[in-house]
Amino acid sequence: MSAHSHLDGELPHEPERATLEGRNKVLGFWLFLGGETVLFGTLFSIFLALRDQVGDGNPTGQELFKLGTVAIATFILLTSSLTSVFAIQAMHRNHVKAMQGWLIITVILGLGFLGLEIYEFYEYIHEGHRFSTSAFSSSFYTLVGFHGAHVLFGIVWISLLIFQVARKGLNVVTAPKVYVAGMYWHFIDVVWVFIFTVVYLMGKVG
Amino acid sequence: MAHAHPVKRYTGLMDWLTTVDHKKIGILYLIAGGFFFLIGGFEALLIRIQLWKPLNNFVSADTYNELLTMHGTTMIFLAAMPIIFALMNAIVPLQIGARDVAFPFVNALGFWTFLFGGLLLNVSWIAGAVPDAGWTSYLPLADPTYSPGKGVDFYVLGLQIAGIGTLVGGINFLVTIINMRAPGMSFMRMPMFTWSAFITSALILFAFPALTVGLVALMFDRLFSANFFNVSGGGNTVLWEHIFWIFGHPEVYILILPAFGIISEVISTFSRKRLFGYSSMVFATVLIGFLGFMVWAHHMFTVGLGPVANALFSIATMLIAVPTGIKIFNWIFTMWGGSIRFTAANLFAVGFVPTFVMGGVTGVMLAAAPADFQYHDSYFVVAHFHYVIVGGLVLGLFSGLHYWWPKIFGRMLSEGLGKLTFWTFYIGFHLTFFVQHFLGLLGMPRRVYTYLDGLGFNSMNLISTIGAFLMGIGTIIFIINIIVTAAKPKTASNDPWEDGRTLEWSIPSPAPEYNFLQTPLVRGYDALWKEKMDGNTGMSPAEPIGPIHMPSGSILPFIMSFGLFVAGFGFMYANNEWTGFVKEIFASHAVAGLGLGITLTCMIIRSLKDDHGFHIEPEELTKKEVKE
Ligand code: HEM
Ligand SMILES: [Cu+2]
Repeated sequence: MSAHSHLDGELPHEPERATLEGRNKVLGFWLFLGGETVLFGTLFSIFLALRDQVGDGNPTGQELFKLGTVAIATFILLTSSLTSVFAIQAMHRNHVKAMQGWLIITVILGLGFLGLEIYEFYEYIHEGHRFSTSAFSSSFYTLVGFHGAHVLFGIVWISLLIFQVARKGLNVVTAPKVYVAGMYWHFIDVVWVFIFTVVYLMGKVG
Repeated sequence: MAHAHPVKRYTGLMDWLTTVDHKKIGILYLIAGGFFFLIGGFEALLIRIQLWKPLNNFVSADTYNELLTMHGTTMIFLAAMPIIFALMNAIVPLQIGARDVAFPFVNALGFWTFLFGGLLLNVSWIAGAVPDAGWTSYLPLADPTYSPGKGVDFYVLGLQIAGIGTLVGGINFLVTIINMRAPGMSFMRMPMFTWSAFITSALILFAFPALTVGLVALMFDRLFSANFFNVSGGGNTVLWEHIFWIFGHPEVYILILPAFGIISEVISTFSRKRLFGYSSMVFATVLIGFLGFMVWAHHMFTVGLGPVANALFSIATMLIAVPTGIKIFNWIFTMWGGSIRFTAANLFAVGFVPTFVMGGVTGVMLAAAPADFQYHDSYFVVAHFHYVIVGGLVLGLFSGLHYWWPKIFGRMLSEGLGKLTFWTFYIGFHLTFFVQHFLGLLGMPRRVYTYLDGLGFNSMNLISTIGAFLMGIGTIIFIINIIVTAAKPKTASNDPWEDGRTLEWSIPSPAPEYNFLQTPLVRGYDALWKEKMDGNTGMSPAEPIGPIHMPSGSILPFIMSFGLFVAGFGFMYANNEWTGFVKEIFASHAVAGLGLGITLTCMIIRSLKDDHGFHIEPEELTKKEVKE
């Protein structure tokens, strides 16, 4: 029943589900992601409702968006999703070093994505696309910014986990945390795919 | 092994600040929710004093708007929701035979964020900038142009923080109910109250994030000059109405479903009969939860969405009356032929049924879009939602409190005072709100601080005010009952009503901190009743007596929520008229940053520091059990 009787000794096959605490955590996190889906769904709805409200003389999405940069960012983030899968696979094979390695790569890719996004925002602001410019700009920055904040949170979180696993090793307490962080990272990725389509591709088409 | 980690166990005030025990958290919710209920009730009485005669000037128009806004917001978010959470915390784990909830720490966090959010909202009275745009905070009224002060900021940030608490609380209950049921407690054996807690939590999970986003957008408009709802910047005010009601309509079902659950338990117990049509009850609850998301635009019939949209939402809304009707008939058939005992709890439950039917009927009337053009924004709507919320939810909560009081506190409330509470409150309620239907039909608009003489409104408003005071007296009698009871010895037995059907009545009152000495084996619906019918004295255990693992208390939830409270202030007063140092630290967002920093630091500490909890040993357990 209790987590700490499993702390020492053999690691079970799916360590994230070995204890009731672990199973609770995984289920709770799935539910949390359900709530997050509603959160982003609402943000997308707002964006769709307001995206044509650019205002006179302000740059439109068509003029602003540089698909090149965004495509690179997308590629980086999708790759990071793959590396996080490798991390979880390594965890299931009990290869702690490999898991940590893949997590570190995931974090680095996440930082790369974030850097590009900040650079992108910086450029837009110079082109007169500020947060308070129009309903379009407010909803754009809020949607994309919420996603960016999620990436940032994920980076901090996974870094902390790398540090924790280094200190405490992989066990039935740390494994669910890593697993759940992996779920979170995939979720962020899926949201980005929608942002790429709805905000950038559809925005470019006009 | 078990005692490898000596654990500090707190006592006194620190125990309450650090507790992760769902039963204590339930009591905290009850105290805090009760406190806000009194504040909201006081505001209501001031409103009714203002309206007792035409052209009264007891309060100014501005103050009236503040009272009205704070009354609605307080009652829904800070009184009704927390008292529901109080009962869910106190009872649901016991009903499913669980030792604890899935996330004790998160559960505590949910309470403290709710409390600090509620306090932030109410600090507005002290700060002298009270929200006054209605509990729905419609735009453009709530935008920086028409609500320039800090009032609406308190609404936005207070609700945001309280909302986080509700959301994490909901997730905790979902996981608890899915993962922690005792052996044999299948979904279709779960007591109705647990079912309603389950569906309510699901509604919370899918409805509250919409409110979160709406509040964020409004906050950005107000604090950072965004343009979501600012028409001159391309924004759209109707967008707010959609977002608010996509959250808001599910919210009204979040409120009423637990009351349905309570009523089902109480009527069944005091009719000494199995709940009639249990599976149809479950089905109706799920269906109501589902349909609840498809009807939000019935609050917007007069906005001009067009005949097609209005027709669809009209039909969808009327559909909800079907599962609701199923429930009403099931309650009646449960009582039919039962040997009914009219305890105070059951009086509230039986009184609920016709009252709620009246609220449902006016609901269906309002759902007819063309007719709603007549009713909308009149006292008819006020009568409708008070019939469902006070006549439904609040009667349900009173019923549940009288019923479960011995299980929560180990003492029986006085039946005499309980019945007195019922009659004063019930009569007061109908006096207050029945006449409001007719006031609405005569054309009295809601949310206006006074009315002219000679419109035929006078006597009905006077009756309404008298009724409100009667409800106030009923509440005071209830408080007296609590005080009188608190002075009595803790003598309630395991099953003080003697007709208990569900698992919570198989363990001592109040429940020990580990709930079940041995996890019970559930052999059917109405688990305890089944054992009684089979001639057994209690539940048969599913495991031998062994050491029980408990989570240790933590002060972090309290500090984390406090951090959010500070951050809320920081953001709100970044733009201020003060001078010197204080102005600077707020204007530079240092205070806001500090608040968020406190919260994040606590999160990191929580993540890095494993909680090993502690064990209660068998010797200790059996000793306690004997003493009981
Ligand atoms: C048979 C079920 C119900 C139907 C058909 C129904 C229908 C409606 C309609 C059409 C309105 C909008 C009236 C208007 O603004 O013109 C309304 C308002 C309202 N209803 Fe219901 N309702 C039902 C049950 C409930 C329940 C169970 C609750 C709460 C526990 C509730 C709470 C409210 C509230 C709070 C409002 C007013 C919101 C506001 O404008 O401030 N209703 N209802
Ligand atoms: Cu509604």
